[in-house]
Amino acid sequence: MTPARRARWTEALVTTPSLAWLLVFFVVPTVIIFAITFKPVDLYGGIGKGWTLDTLKSLFNPNYPAIVWRTVWLSLATTAVCLILAVPCGYYVARSSDRWRQMLLLLIILPFWTSFLVRVFAWKVLLHPEGPLKHALAAVGLIGPDTLLLYNEKAILLVMVYTFLPFAILPIYAAAEKFDFRLLEAARDLGARPLRAFWSVFVPGIRRGLLTAVLVVFIPALGSYVIPDIVGGPNSEMIGNKIAQRTFSDRNLPHASGLSAFLTLGVLLPLLLVLALQRKKGEEAPSMQEVS
Amino acid sequence: MDDFLVFENVSKSFGKVRAAADVSLTIRRGEFFSLLGPSGCGKTTLLRILAGFESPDSGRVLLNGRDITQLAPNERKVNTIFQSYALFPHLTVAQNIAFGPQIAGWPRAQIREEVDKMLHLVQLTDQAHKRPDLLSGGQKQRVAIARALINKPQVLLLDEPLAALDLKLRQRMLIELDLIHDEVGITFVYVTHDQGEAMSLSDRIAVMDKGRIEQIGTPAQIYEAPRTSFVAAFIGDTNFFEGQVVELLGGDYSRLTVEGFPSVECFNDNKLNVGDLVYLSIRPEKFRISRERPEPAPHVNAVQGRVADVIYLGSLTKYWVRVQDYRIAVWRPASRFLLDENPITWNDEVWISWHGDDSFMLERYSESDEKLMEAPPEQVGDPNGHGAAKP
Repeated sequence: MTPARRARWTEALVTTPSLAWLLVFFVVPTVIIFAITFKPVDLYGGIGKGWTLDTLKSLFNPNYPAIVWRTVWLSLATTAVCLILAVPCGYYVARSSDRWRQMLLLLIILPFWTSFLVRVFAWKVLLHPEGPLKHALAAVGLIGPDTLLLYNEKAILLVMVYTFLPFAILPIYAAAEKFDFRLLEAARDLGARPLRAFWSVFVPGIRRGLLTAVLVVFIPALGSYVIPDIVGGPNSEMIGNKIAQRTFSDRNLPHASGLSAFLTLGVLLPLLLVLALQRKKGEEAPSMQEVS
Repeated sequence: MDDFLVFENVSKSFGKVRAAADVSLTIRRGEFFSLLGPSGCGKTTLLRILAGFESPDSGRVLLNGRDITQLAPNERKVNTIFQSYALFPHLTVAQNIAFGPQIAGWPRAQIREEVDKMLHLVQLTDQAHKRPDLLSGGQKQRVAIARALINKPQVLLLDEPLAALDLKLRQRMLIELDLIHDEVGITFVYVTHDQGEAMSLSDRIAVMDKGRIEQIGTPAQIYEAPRTSFVAAFIGDTNFFEGQVVELLGGDYSRLTVEGFPSVECFNDNKLNVGDLVYLSIRPEKFRISRERPEPAPHVNAVQGRVADVIYLGSLTKYWVRVQDYRIAVWRPASRFLLDENPITWNDEVWISWHGDDSFMLERYSESDEKLMEAPPEQVGDPNGHGAAKP
């Protein structure tokens, strides 16, 4: 075997397991979900025989545009708030002394040691109409006695930001840590005020981290259903809730598949667009490697 | 001359380290001024205080008569060339150069015009739309210069700007820097640990050690008449001998004793008195070396020794001559007669001589004793061909 062929063989050997994993656990299920959309429902909540376009038609439910819109704006708002909070955090952690930085990173990761579900329930207790936060705020007079902290879109936004913030901080910190902070001095030297230097030199300097943060916050946010289920009310459903409802309550798997496929396409198309733009600019795609 | 840029009793400490100890210094308008010293001597701290990145613990900095000590870096008409260049990687060469003017809010047309002018000055017109990471070291350097100069600073600060370049490029950039200084005519403050750079570029040099200024003067003054043993050892190479003044002779000469030498006559410009302990410093190129004893002449000193090492460098031959316990470095420039005679070589008996005007004495204090330990005569006379290496 020539060295070139051997190299190709080695490459194939090394990449096969991960490719197989992706194929079996990602590509095949996605294709199945897309396919089930075109299947009829049988009487007992299973999947019937033959093919039909009924489900596709039923996706044009007049209630859906509002839910889709809510899902999109809540996810966008979550992403925006996370970025606004994560950029200064990442900057601060990257500029900290070694020991202090270890501490801060530990604190950022600490919430992951508790179950996600438990943490969301904790928020429910905190925000509850009879909960401590509500009483405290009402006592100070910041909110009226009838204001609801829970069961609305604001509560969802708050808990989503809380949940996804560490995922935004980590890639931004990773990029900030590699940032050459002498560039900020150079900007100051050239006449920039501190904020201007931060905005026109630091922020572009960590743009890869920012992009990664956007992806790892926005995409899971679009699909979230536990948070709106627990802290949201009947009028703050997201697509995730609808998928869950169609699957577990209505036993309409084709309809749930249709919604899932719609969500998948909604995520995939912008992502492909971003990647294409990146490729065009001759830059590497953002990757989670920056987090490690 | 005018007091363009003044440091007034500036002190700065980092923890226990004194980076600047009561430094007072005046730099003239249009001058090429160097801060020269070993790493950790405080030269970069002075530069950062001047740029506004550090604020002194005490003292003031005046620029054109105005106290700028408390001004933020962006409020000073001072720009810096950083050692790492610190070019913005996300901007092209032209955008890097335009950064300062854009922040200052110049009109677009003027920015374009000035950027073009700067690109032309540093000969990078054809690289204008490249990103910095595609440039060579010398090109990055020139972008950094253009990016600073476009703001028309009153003072340009250069922090070891050539340290990252290879030798050939460094020599070319030296000439370019000199030309640019002549062309723009603004004040340059240049920080370096390389005496060669400082000597060849500067109008005046401040030699620093341990946060203190040891001497300020023109390159020639600092080389020919160093005021402390640190300066003598740091600038160029020299041989040190411990001695004592025993007699004041007429015409500013003194007689001194140096152990192992016959009596030595030396020019005495430092007003030393009989009994003072001194270092006698003689630079290697000030010696003459010969097989025969030189004719006695007024103020000429001669000692006999044996050649311990020879390094032939073409333009120069370096000898290390053993006299008693000393290893004395003697640099002899090539002459066209060198081939004619039978050259002096290893183990030859030789005489080395020097004129009293070419050596100098430095008073020996207890503090200076410490310094001599750092730069003993042997260090200058390193036979491994690194004789020119700095202590």
